Amino acid sequence: MSVIVIKPGLLSSLQDGGRVGYAALGVGRAGAADWPAWRLANALVGNTRGEAALEFTLIGPTLRFEQATAIALTGAPVDARVGDQRLPGWTCCVLPAGSVLHLGGMRHGCRGYLAVRGGFAATAVLGSQSTDLNARIGPLDGRALQAGDRLELGVADPAPLPGSAGALRVLRWGIDPQPWFDYGQVRLALSRGHHFDRLDDNAQQALFKASFTLSKDSNRVGSRLDGQRLHLRQPLELISEATLPGTLQLPPSGQPILLQAEAPVTGGYPRIGQLAAVDLPRLAQRRPGDTVCFRETTLDEAAQRLAARRLRLQRLLDHIERRLDFA
Amino acid sequence: MWPAPHIETLAEDALLLRFGETIDAAVNARVHAAAARLRERLAGVECVPAYASLLLRFDPAQWEVSGAMAPHHRMGERVMAALQDLPEGANSDREIDIPVCYGGEAGPDLAALAAHARLTRDEVIARHCAATYRVAMLGFAPGFPYLLGLDPTLAMPRRSDPRISVPAGSVAIGGEQTGIYPEALPGGWQLIGRTPLRLFDLRAASPSLLQPGDRVRFRAIGEDEYQRLAAEARR
Repeated sequence: MSVIVIKPGLLSSLQDGGRVGYAALGVGRAGAADWPAWRLANALVGNTRGEAALEFTLIGPTLRFEQATAIALTGAPVDARVGDQRLPGWTCCVLPAGSVLHLGGMRHGCRGYLAVRGGFAATAVLGSQSTDLNARIGPLDGRALQAGDRLELGVADPAPLPGSAGALRVLRWGIDPQPWFDYGQVRLALSRGHHFDRLDDNAQQALFKASFTLSKDSNRVGSRLDGQRLHLRQPLELISEATLPGTLQLPPSGQPILLQAEAPVTGGYPRIGQLAAVDLPRLAQRRPGDTVCFRETTLDEAAQRLAARRLRLQRLLDHIERRLDFA
Repeated sequence: MWPAPHIETLAEDALLLRFGETIDAAVNARVHAAAARLRERLAGVECVPAYASLLLRFDPAQWEVSGAMAPHHRMGERVMAALQDLPEGANSDREIDIPVCYGGEAGPDLAALAAHARLTRDEVIARHCAATYRVAMLGFAPGFPYLLGLDPTLAMPRRSDPRISVPAGSVAIGGEQTGIYPEALPGGWQLIGRTPLRLFDLRAASPSLLQPGDRVRFRAIGEDEYQRLAAEARR
């Protein structure tokens, strides 16, 4: 009743909606970096309780399923096959017992999500099955998958799968990856942060005009931006205060860092911008070498876009739930 | 009367209330008083205290009203109303006793700190144990307390070459602050001793021994007592 990890991929970890409510104790949220992709992967296998899914990075894992189950792949488009059969993303596939799922590389994007029906049975730590790789909290003692790991599957309700004893089946319908996956690599909406005014004139202009490149040193904690260095008018000594995913920090090196899903709970660097929450998944899908450009937004506009996305996502989730029929 | 905090909207789901710009016990007490008040009055809002500021995170979906102002503005208004007539200096009345084995292997930088402070080792220990500290905030790593109240004569800059791994329980001084490493972590603070207590335990109902706002006292213990308490903590 489990999934065996044959190859772990480059960096694969269990993630759910995040570990909410422990920041005051120094524990961050972690959770899926591309939140809507995680949510939709779960919806496509009929999961509605915030189950953890596998988040994989650039190269996916190879997994053997001991039991028949339904899976869905979302996020970055990945080469996926069982034997000779290629599996499409953004739909539901029913795998017979003993299937070996090979997830290869990605041509675009950075992170894919594999949801399984019923989720994974990993014990929740502080209310969440998310893996905090930095603090080493969560399933597998907070580490990424390794070859030989065995992940127990959760129990779906209702349990039966259609034709579970038979051959591999792919649902005849799926959902459009757009707008949930950003093929066009659009400009990311950034509002001015508290210390934006402390930037020198060059840096203030460059922030919304220059084109940055995502550094290879980027990870789930933060995306480092190569390119023009940004400088303050004069050095600023700050005391530690809260940071968030989407916060654009400026360390003394002048190389800005956009914090990601595993953002630390506190930090002491100047905050020069805040990414619109709707663009966090887009950031999560940029890979090292990709371009990052910003356009200026306001938090009011960002809040409107967030509300609009929530409605659109909810409509899609309702639609999926109506069409999926596991009974 | 204290002035109202400055409210900064950090993100669609987050406000930062700023009570000052410095590391200061009175400002920090204000932060904890506000956190206690807001936890009581605004259910479902996560309060994260820092030295001089308080982060509030909320679910914007719960604060959305069609056609009305954005959730972060509505939240800001509610917060200001909730903080009216905030009592001064309300704080946790918990006081936690932290036994520490000072010097030797447990505190390899104690001699350097004594030399830096021009004190004997025993004077350093006595001064470190004399103060009552306040947990200003937790951060850096789960359960890592930043403590206010260090005797200024014990202040010492961080090491120029941070250690790759500082043992769990190390009691340390970094600049004008003192803290305790809950796990083995990389770190640049000066290590003066070690506590056998577990500061962060995921198996415990309340995973962090220390909560923001708690008072803390250090108590010097010998190696025998350290070993005995360490054996107890492992159980």
